[in-house]
Amino acid sequence: MTELFLLSALGLMLSLFLGLLRVLLGPGIGDRMLATQLIGTAGVGMLLLLSVLLNQPALLDVALLLALLAAVAAAAFTGQQKTHHD
Amino acid sequence: MINILSSILILAGVFFYLAGSIGLLRLPDLYSRLHALTKADNLGLGLLIAGVALHSQDLLIMLKLLLIWLAVLAASATSAHLIARQARRQETGS
Repeated sequence: MTELFLLSALGLMLSLFLGLLRVLLGPGIGDRMLATQLIGTAGVGMLLLLSVLLNQPALLDVALLLALLAAVAAAAFTGQQKTHHD
Repeated sequence: MINILSSILILAGVFFYLAGSIGLLRLPDLYSRLHALTKADNLGLGLLIAGVALHSQDLLIMLKLLLIWLAVLAASATSAHLIARQARRQETGS
């Protein structure tokens, strides 16, 4: 069971790596924001796996906080773009 | 039995995560990337959470996991909508 959790965390890591490639390639700023969204969701998944793996229930709270803050980044991004445009 | 079921759920979740990331990398424009990433990632996280909840077998932890999933659903739906609207606005130039 431990091996499975480790393997799944590695799979999520690979997913994050692919997202970072998209950040590198661009081309627009919206694509890069999409990659940050991917990092948010994959980060939550990885924290859940780690909370079981390391037997640390507090990591669930960290995951909850990360989930709540993920929306703020996109909202700030669009708000900033809008004021920049006008 | 429960271990096997939760392993299958977790592996399926990781598969959907990888599918979403490959979609983000390979698809041609922003809207299709948005479509691939948002749906596949949320499904992957849902399956992963179901697997972890089955594994934990603790009601409080299950409820917290459900709360995390709902928060992620709301957050990613909102941010996908905002990003798409922003891209659309830039495209039409208004």
